Amino acid sequence: MAQIQVENLSKSYRIAARDPGLAGAVRGLFHRRTREIAALSDVSFSLERGELLGFIGPNGAGKSTTIKILSGILRPSSGRCEVDGRVPWEQRIAHVARIGVVFGQRTQLWWDLPIIESFELLRDIYRVDGAKFGRTKDRLVEMLKIAPLLDTPLRQLSLGQRMRCEIAAALLHSPSILFLDEPTIGLDAVSKLALRDFVKDLNRAEGVTVILTTHDMHDIEALARRVIIIGNGRLLRDSSFESMRNEVLGERRLIVDFATDVGEVAVEGASIRARDGRTIEFAFDPARTAAHTLIANIARAHDVVDIRVDDPKIEEVIARFYTLHGAVES
Amino acid sequence: MNGFALYWRFIAVSVRSQMLYPTAFVLRFSSQFFVTIIEFGGVWVLFARFGHVRGWTFAQVALFYAIASIAFAIADGLSRGFDTVGPLFIKTGNFDRILLRPRSSALQITGQDFALTSAGRLVQGLAAFAVAIDLLKPDWGVAEFMLLAWAVAGGASLFISLKMLEGVLAFWTTEALEVANTLTYGGEAAAQYPLDIYTAWFRKLMTYFVPIGCSLYFPVALVLGHDAPGVPPWLAVLAPATGFAFLGVAAAVWRLGIRYYTSTGS
Amino acid sequence: MTTLALPYLSILRARFSLMLQYRTAAWAGVATQFWFGAIRVMTLVAFYAGTGRQPLNLAQVVTYIWLGQAFLALLPWAADAEIAANVESGNVGYERLRPVDTYFLWFARALAWRVANTCLRAGPVFVLAALVLPLTAMRDWSWRMPAGLDAAVLFLVSIALSALLSSAMTVLLNIVVTAVRTPRAAGFAMGFVNLFSGLVIPLALFPSWAQTFLLWQPFAGLADIPYRIYFGALSGAQAAEGITAQIVWVVLLVLLGQWWLDRVLSRIDMQGS
Repeated sequence: MAQIQVENLSKSYRIAARDPGLAGAVRGLFHRRTREIAALSDVSFSLERGELLGFIGPNGAGKSTTIKILSGILRPSSGRCEVDGRVPWEQRIAHVARIGVVFGQRTQLWWDLPIIESFELLRDIYRVDGAKFGRTKDRLVEMLKIAPLLDTPLRQLSLGQRMRCEIAAALLHSPSILFLDEPTIGLDAVSKLALRDFVKDLNRAEGVTVILTTHDMHDIEALARRVIIIGNGRLLRDSSFESMRNEVLGERRLIVDFATDVGEVAVEGASIRARDGRTIEFAFDPARTAAHTLIANIARAHDVVDIRVDDPKIEEVIARFYTLHGAVES
Repeated sequence: MNGFALYWRFIAVSVRSQMLYPTAFVLRFSSQFFVTIIEFGGVWVLFARFGHVRGWTFAQVALFYAIASIAFAIADGLSRGFDTVGPLFIKTGNFDRILLRPRSSALQITGQDFALTSAGRLVQGLAAFAVAIDLLKPDWGVAEFMLLAWAVAGGASLFISLKMLEGVLAFWTTEALEVANTLTYGGEAAAQYPLDIYTAWFRKLMTYFVPIGCSLYFPVALVLGHDAPGVPPWLAVLAPATGFAFLGVAAAVWRLGIRYYTSTGS
Repeated sequence: MTTLALPYLSILRARFSLMLQYRTAAWAGVATQFWFGAIRVMTLVAFYAGTGRQPLNLAQVVTYIWLGQAFLALLPWAADAEIAANVESGNVGYERLRPVDTYFLWFARALAWRVANTCLRAGPVFVLAALVLPLTAMRDWSWRMPAGLDAAVLFLVSIALSALLSSAMTVLLNIVVTAVRTPRAAGFAMGFVNLFSGLVIPLALFPSWAQTFLLWQPFAGLADIPYRIYFGALSGAQAAEGITAQIVWVVLLVLLGQWWLDRVLSRIDMQGS
């Protein structure tokens, strides 16, 4: 039985429309027009215990609506959703006791309190047994390397330190599902890598189900075995990251540094994309021409210093996918 | 940890955070005391000119004034958080965080902001009480003081309920609306004078709809030996209980508000 | 002249537009003002029942209260919220970077805020208290018309001076807040303003030995003077005295504000903020 079961989930909002200008503002005093927008339409998927799901899509696609529904703080307009056999928004209190949520841009710690005291307050809020809390806390402190930060008030921590504490805070009550909403936003490279390692370990070693939303495709690449792409409120794709990448990746790049000035180079199965002095960038379709054949052909005909095979940037892959599926309004 | 204990935990945290900024605290405390004591001074000015108001003397009104201020100050201190539901929680999306914790949302909202500064109003109320006692020189026994304390308790829980309803309003408006002040601050203002100086419809409104009269006017009038017409002493003694009943009503409306919030997710 | 005033006019327009967006807040504000007015009217009606002659009669006092409610937003209760926020975040030094005179920018902003807020609220309170109330059983509680055409004209002059006076005081509060670097520092102002503008109790009802002092202290010009002119309790030479007091205070406070702001800002510049 899947841990999370989502069927035909839809959500629409009513929003106020305002006429522009001063006259419009005056009219708005007496009469307010509203229109309905569909934030989510007919989304279905299921998730097994222990999966690590990347949840991506352009801004306003419906990611946070889905997360809010799954975490029990928003009621859908229609459709079903069960998490661990509970309907999140119907049994909210019982449900939220079993999940952990980290918002990259919001804190759940107390601004003026030393971290350890925030942790202890969370212990009382979540009714965690004292001995169990001690063990969980010690393990998290060690894994996230936050021991030196515990006595410092939140307001004095750097963004990276803060995020590590946030994640520990979200896990103190040993939730079975962890929602990470943009956890790496604004972090430096080292903090990002450390965070990814931790999430990977948590998922592998402890079997915590992780749902990750992010705009940083390197997070997805590093962590997610499965990716759901959402656009305009619809589920566009639910598959492994690799298969999505191969589908979208129609072509790859071959970059060759020649030893001498070469004039026109004709290579079968590849076309010239760009040239910069003695460096030429070729594009080829891996399905028709294998990279090693191409490399062998070039090396045989020319004096070559270096050859590299390159993929388009991961951001480009995603951007192309969004455009392909009309996920971004133009 | 049960709800009550958790609430005190929250308050302890809130007090400590406020004490990190002692200058701000002293300024707010003393300016609140100053502003409210000036209002009480205004009452004195009126009596200096008019002598009495419908048979009530300055000393008697000072007692009404004191009990209303004290009840309101206590309510304000305990539930200031409801004032900022709109700007601090709904608008910013921080209310989501409240809902993501497996505890009562009202408890979390009030616990996070224990308004230490309402001590300014409390001190004003106590000063007015001292003035009343000094002028009345009453021969009260334990029963009278108990009744006044009971009135303060009923009045405070009524004001807490009103502030809770004010907080609920923010689920719909996302703004902190002044209109909510009509019942909270307006209720306090009305209760600072004996209810019988007002016109009939207003008296009824303040007795049956928003039972400020029940919690504050009836018992204080009884202590002053001034029976409200048609209200036997036993009823005046029981009346402050309505303040607690009102709290139940407010809590039910609060739950409706949460339901609305989780449907719109503003 | 027009180009000089342009930035200040855009500030005024932007404020209006911003406030009108909060339509529920606007209606709620009106309802609140009306309600508090009603409670105060009832209290004073009770005091007036069965007393002899007073410096103001009941109709005048009731009108005084409604004027107070209608023009409540004109009172300088607090520093400009934006400047207070800048003080808290330490960005107040940037005020200097704008290519306009800081004093007049602050003054225009205060004036725009007070006037816009007042315009939005005064009308509805007037409609309810002066036009609707007389049609109900609560006729005695209604806002009466001005004592005469001359009183009406003088009132307009005097209330305009109140707006200027209030803005000058708001800028002073901004300066205090900037100087001591705590937005809360302005909290005390509310007590003085309420008491000495006549908002708590009309100044005429204070003991008679205090009257000359009360008329000439700066806060009277915020409310008491224009209101008394409105229903003719100050007329002729007395009205002239009141308006003179207002003008004197506007000039003094603007000069004080300019001098003080200059000192405070140059100190901030030196500290590098």
